[in-house]
Amino acid sequence: MSAVAEWTIVICILIGTFLSIVAAFGVLKLPDVYTRNHAASKSTTLGVLLTLLGTLIYFYATDGEFNARIVLGIVFIFITAPVAGHLISRAAYHTGVELSERSVQDDLSQKK
Amino acid sequence: MNTNDLILQTATKIVSFIILLFSLHIFFAGHYNPGGGFVGGLLTSGAIVLLLLAYDIKTVANILPFDYRIMIAVGLLFAIGTGAGSLIFNVPFLTHAFGDFTLPILGKTSLHTAVLFDIGVYLVVVGATMTIIQTIGESE
Repeated sequence: MSAVAEWTIVICILIGTFLSIVAAFGVLKLPDVYTRNHAASKSTTLGVLLTLLGTLIYFYATDGEFNARIVLGIVFIFITAPVAGHLISRAAYHTGVELSERSVQDDLSQKK
Repeated sequence: MNTNDLILQTATKIVSFIILLFSLHIFFAGHYNPGGGFVGGLLTSGAIVLLLLAYDIKTVANILPFDYRIMIAVGLLFAIGTGAGSLIFNVPFLTHAFGDFTLPILGKTSLHTAVLFDIGVYLVVVGATMTIIQTIGESE
């Protein structure tokens, strides 16, 4: 395995795990459902994407095997994770979960 | 409450095709790689369940006009048929055969009668899962 491939793999997987940890801290620290959902759905998506990308390059560099299932997984997570976050947020809003006290504006409530 | 499922429905239109393709891949990869009729069937029914979540039962019944109970019967017939087919050639029940054939487009492929048995498993799994889910979903 060449040094370039090795470093790319290491950087991809480390940034991926770092982003997942950041997402976990965001879920713990942020005040309400919507901001937590914002942290969880965005940074875990990118974290999992980078980890999968590192895995793809690893198997391509060591075995010479291009694993198309990982590419499909990347595309799949890239499509579905934001939609899942959107649906969770919307379900929370429609069941009347309160916004954080620090929020200044609620555009959806004025439309009712 | 006025709900608008546009984002879910648009994502479903793309994602269900990816799941269906992947279930076919898993089904045909079963002989040499992890996979096979069972997971393939579960993935296919997962794609149909996603359609059921995004649209309602009548729309999905219009798109896929299958009677899933008949699908179970056809799957069992496939499984028994491959088993009984071996009796014609005077070998024990469920003896499988395989051979290398040169097909017009695909080139040299090895065909195995276990695939026919797997189609039976696939149809039974899809039929059973969808029967369970539709029966629970329609009861009010």
